[in-house]
Amino acid sequence: MSPSHQIVDEGEPHVILPGAAHVPTGTASASSALVPVKTSRTIAAILRKELLVELRTLESVPGMSLFAVSTFVVFHFALNRTTVSGDLAAGVLWVTLLFAAMLGVNRLFVADAEQGGFDGLLLAPVDRTALLIAKALTLGAYLVMLELVAVPAFALLLSPPLGTGLGGLVAVLALADIGLAAIGTLIAALAVQTRARDLLGPLLALPLLVPVVIGAARASSPLLAATAAGASAHAAWPATRWLLLLGLYDLVFGLIAYAVFDFLLED
Amino acid sequence: MPRPTLRTLSVLTVLAFCVYLPLVFFYAPIEAEEGFVQKIFYLHVPLAIVTLCGFVLGGLFAIAHLRTRDSVWDLRSYVAIHMSLIFGVGVLITGSIWAHASWGHWWVWSEPTLVSFLIVMLLYATYQPLRFAIEDPERQARYASVFAIVAGAFVPMNFLAVRLSSSYLHPRVLGSTSNLPAPMGYTFLVSLLAMALLFATLCMYELAAKRTRILLKSRSRILGYQ
Repeated sequence: MSPSHQIVDEGEPHVILPGAAHVPTGTASASSALVPVKTSRTIAAILRKELLVELRTLESVPGMSLFAVSTFVVFHFALNRTTVSGDLAAGVLWVTLLFAAMLGVNRLFVADAEQGGFDGLLLAPVDRTALLIAKALTLGAYLVMLELVAVPAFALLLSPPLGTGLGGLVAVLALADIGLAAIGTLIAALAVQTRARDLLGPLLALPLLVPVVIGAARASSPLLAATAAGASAHAAWPATRWLLLLGLYDLVFGLIAYAVFDFLLED
Repeated sequence: MPRPTLRTLSVLTVLAFCVYLPLVFFYAPIEAEEGFVQKIFYLHVPLAIVTLCGFVLGGLFAIAHLRTRDSVWDLRSYVAIHMSLIFGVGVLITGSIWAHASWGHWWVWSEPTLVSFLIVMLLYATYQPLRFAIEDPERQARYASVFAIVAGAFVPMNFLAVRLSSSYLHPRVLGSTSNLPAPMGYTFLVSLLAMALLFATLCMYELAAKRTRILLKSRSRILGYQ
């Protein structure tokens, strides 16, 4: 029973420490214990717990970043290139980010499934969707941290011609991260209850993320295109239709994840 | 219980095939550019349409399962997806043959429909591994339904993305049925009907078999056999 205790304690700190700084709100919520906790507060509590656990264990983000850097080195030898540009650069970047994201997806719910986090959440009087949103935000934060390491490493190791296109690339990365976080969280929750979770996660996620790869790679390839001598063939902003495709994907699968996630949590 | 529908459906399917095959081989004109091999169009395209409809149908049945919690809908969803997977293998094989005959390659990346179909098949190929990696039957049904809904919504999304990525590379020869000459159009409609009937009949047979097996299991448990 100790794991579920632990989670409840994390989510409701002022129940254990009523005399601390939170007295006014703490007494109000403690007197009416059956009133559901506000979803935004639940999301903030779960997100805080996730980031704290990651900060203390360093299980996901360092592994993902190291994987991305190693993959760039592997690409250097596999492609026998010292620099990449255009389609090739976009492909290398997105394959690396996608596979590194898979590492984070695989680990996202393991602690909850093994140490009773799901039971704790189901026992607490909170909206279950809060878990989806908090986990998607967590995965999104992991991806941003990954990209903060991986994109500079990519620029350093494979020196793509990335100058004016950086702003556009950031926009593409942001849109792709939303889709990756939504689908990644849903697939992680699906796969974590299966016997072959490490195998099934990527197997399910890769085909589902093909549209994201299409949109992101096609959008970023002109940003990474080599400039011909003198001519400025270098695009500064990705084509609108790829951004629209990524946005549509984010919207559709964000809503679907929101609609079906509750069904993964009842027991 | 399902006997009369099963019999009627089977007879209708046989009748539809009796009309469909002669139409394809004797009524539909030989296409001028591609010749006889173009007749695979009347097999490949209806198969593909029925397969995709079957995948989406599996998603709709899954929604019904999550709403009603009736395991019959889960069974229907499973059967629709299972049958679509079998039909889908046929689509990939006939598509490959057609591509080889008309473009000279067994696989053509510039044909968006074929490529999207492959991605959809790769996704649905994980349906059974996912399903049977979960032990608890109730959870298995629930998780499979969630997957079926997500994958069902993925089908149109994926077609849009792949089509966008290659639309200007390759002109579409037989993309829509609207530009077909009349005899070809009629034959195509009959072939679509025949394939849909075949799909429905095979699904009903599989459902009947599954129901019988479940019944048999529960009876033998009552009687004490294991």
